[in-house]
Amino acid sequence: MKIAVLVKYIPNPEGTPEMGSDFRLKREGVEAALDPGDEHGVEAALQLAGADGEVTYVTMGPEPAAAAIRRALSMGGHKGVHVKDDALKGADALVTAKALAAALKRDQYDLVITGVESTDGYTGTLPMTVAELLGIPSATFARKLEAKDGGISIERQTAGGYDSVECSLPALVTVTAGANEPRYPTLKGIMAAKQKPMDTLSVSDLGLSAEDATPTQEVMGIEPVPAKEAGEILEAGDDTAARVVEFLRSAKVI
Amino acid sequence: MDRDFGLSEDQREVVLAVREFMAERAGPVAAGFEERHEFPRDLFRELGGMGLAGIPYDEAYGGGGQTFLTYLAVLEEVARGFFSLALALSVHHLSAFGVHAFGSEELKRRYLPRLFAGEWLGAYALSEASSGSDAASLRCKAERSDGGWLLTGSKRFITHAGQAEFYLVMARTGDGSPKGISALVVEKGWDGFDFGKLESKMGWSASPMRELLFEGCQVPGENLVGAEGQGFTIALAGLDCGRLGIAACSVGLAQAAFEAALGFAKERQQFGKAIIEFEGLQFMLADMATQIEAARRLYRDAGRVRDAGGDYSTGASMAKLFASDTAMRVTTDAVQIHGGYGYMQEYPVERFMREAKALQIVEGTNQIQRMVIGRRLAEA
Ligand SMILES: Cc1cc2nc3c(=O)[nH]c(=O)nc-3n(C[C@H](O)[C@H](O)[C@H](O)COP(=O)(O)OP(=O)(O)OC[C@H]3O[C@@H](n4cnc5c(N)ncnc54)[C@H](O)[C@@H]3O)c2cc1C
Repeated sequence: MKIAVLVKYIPNPEGTPEMGSDFRLKREGVEAALDPGDEHGVEAALQLAGADGEVTYVTMGPEPAAAAIRRALSMGGHKGVHVKDDALKGADALVTAKALAAALKRDQYDLVITGVESTDGYTGTLPMTVAELLGIPSATFARKLEAKDGGISIERQTAGGYDSVECSLPALVTVTAGANEPRYPTLKGIMAAKQKPMDTLSVSDLGLSAEDATPTQEVMGIEPVPAKEAGEILEAGDDTAARVVEFLRSAKVI
Repeated sequence: MDRDFGLSEDQREVVLAVREFMAERAGPVAAGFEERHEFPRDLFRELGGMGLAGIPYDEAYGGGGQTFLTYLAVLEEVARGFFSLALALSVHHLSAFGVHAFGSEELKRRYLPRLFAGEWLGAYALSEASSGSDAASLRCKAERSDGGWLLTGSKRFITHAGQAEFYLVMARTGDGSPKGISALVVEKGWDGFDFGKLESKMGWSASPMRELLFEGCQVPGENLVGAEGQGFTIALAGLDCGRLGIAACSVGLAQAAFEAALGFAKERQQFGKAIIEFEGLQFMLADMATQIEAARRLYRDAGRVRDAGGDYSTGASMAKLFASDTAMRVTTDAVQIHGGYGYMQEYPVERFMREAKALQIVEGTNQIQRMVIGRRLAEA
C-alpha cells in the first residue's frame, strides 16, 4: 500500500506557545517538535504499510518544518515532501488544505493518514477539506484501522463506543491518540533518515495561483481567554431548585 | 543555557529521542524500581531495541557505529531520568569493551550481537574481597585444564551479578604480577559458577550486586580474551572508557538534582517570597549550575579526544574525579535547598545524594584518580 501521512511541526508542544505581533503563533526561532498527535498517524502508516508498502510524509511550513519530516522518517518510512513558500505565510485552513491537496495530487496514494487535529493552532477541518479537494472519501476518528478486502476498515471513536466504518481506496483516514503507541526512533533510524529523499516544493511547483495561496481569513486581533469567574454556591433551601432552573434558563441551557 | 551546545546535528537528534523516551517511559517509573529494588530489565531491553546498547561499537557486530561522544551524551540523558538505568548501560558497555577491542573474531561474533541488541546483559568482574584499588593483587585463579581453564575463587561487588548473562572475569593465570592476569568470558548458568546473596546498599537499589562464586568452573579455551597475561591491560583499557561513562552518569545525576532544587526554590515561599529570591540560595544554585557545566565540558572534551584517536586517559580520570565530586556536592546542596523536605523520601533528592556517593568510589576511587593524574604529572 502506498500511504501519505500529513505531519506538522509545532512550536513547543509541552510549554506555552508564544504569539507574534501578527497575532499568529510564533513558528520560527522557537523550540518545536513533530506534533505528538501526528506520531499516531506515522505509527498507523508504518504498521499498515508493512514491509512492502511505501510511506511518504507531507508537511507545509517554513524551513524548520522539515524537521517534522526528518523526525517521522527516523521512525520509518521512505520519503518526504516539504511545501515551503513565503507566499504561504499566514495561510488559513483552506489555503493549507489546497497546498497539501496539490502536493498529494502529484502522486497516486492509496491512503492519506492524518491526526484528528493539530495540537497548536487548529480548526479540526483540514483533513476533511483535503479529502474533499482530492475527491476521495474520509473516514475520521479511527481508534483502530486495518486493510480489508482491498479497502480500509476502521473503528470510528464515538462518545459511547465506536462505529465500524469501511470504505474503498483511495481514502483519507484521521487517527486518534488511542489508535496505537508510537515507536521511538532508533539510532539506525535517525541516521538513515538523513539519507532518505525529501522534495521541497513551492507554490508554483504545485501549480497553485496567487489567489489559491491567499487566505480568505484575516486575524484582526487576539484576546486572552478571560479568567474563570468564581462560581455561585447555592445553599440547600426551599427555593434552590427554582433558582437552579432560573440560572439554567438565563444561561439558555434549557 | 543549551546543554547540548557543541553536539553535532546527529548527536542532538539521538539525545532528543532519548530525552523523550526518558520523559515518557523511564523517568516516571524510576522511583518505583528503586523502591522495589527491582532491576529495570524491560527498559534496558527497550533501550537495546532503540540501538542504544552498543552505540560506539562496530556495526559489523551489531553496534551503532557512532562516536563515543554520542554514547556519553546519551548516558548523561538517561542518568538524568533514571540513574540506575544509565549505570546499567555504562557497566554493560564496560563489560563488552574487552571482547570488542581485544577478542578473537569468533568471540566477537558469538557475544557482541546479543549484547548490542540488549538481549544479553553484561557484567565486569575485577574487584575481590581483598583487592579493590590494588586490583592487580587479585587472587581468583584460572588453571589450564582440558584445553580450557578451570576457574576457582570469588569476585566481590559485582554489578549485574545474577541478572547478567555475560561476565568478563579477570583471573590469575600466571605469576603474582599484573602480567599474570588474564581475561575470560564466563556465561551465567555454567557449572561451578554461582552467586552470593543480593547485597544491600546505600543506594543504586535498582542495580543488583552480588558476589561471583567459582568452584571449578570449566571455561572453554576460546573464551580467553586477547592473549594469556593480557588481562590487566584489558581491564584497565576498559576502565578508561568506563571512567568517562561514570563522569557522564555523574553529570546526568547532578543535572537532575539541580533541576529539582531549582524548581523547589521557585515554588517554596518563606518570609513572604519564593526562597530563590534569597541571595544565599541563588549563589548556591549558581555554583551548582557552574560546576555541572564544567563537569559536562570536561567529559565531553575527553570524549572528543578519544573520538579523534588522541590519548584521553588522563582526561578520563580528571572527568571522573571532577564530575563525581560535583555530583556529590550538587546533590548535597539540592537536599539543603529543599530544607526538611529534602530529607524526606517523598522528594527524590535524598536518593540522588545517596546515589552520588558511590560515584566517588567505583571504577577507581577518587583518591586513585588523583594518584593516576599525579603520577602522569610526575612522569612528564
Ligand atoms: C556500588 C558499587 C558497585 C561496584 N561495581 C563493581 C563491578 O561491577 N565490578 C567490579 O569489579 N567492582 C565493582 N565495585 C568495586 C569497586 O570498584 C571498588 O569498591 C573500588 O575499586 C574500591 O576498592 P575497595 O572497595 O576494595 O576499597 P580499597 O581499595 O580498600 O580502598 C579503601 C580506601 O583507601 C583508599 N586508598 C586505597 N589505596 C590508596 C592509595 N594508594 N592512595 C590513597 N588512597 C588509597 C581508597 O581511595 C579508599 O578510600 C563496585 C563498588 C561499588 C560500591
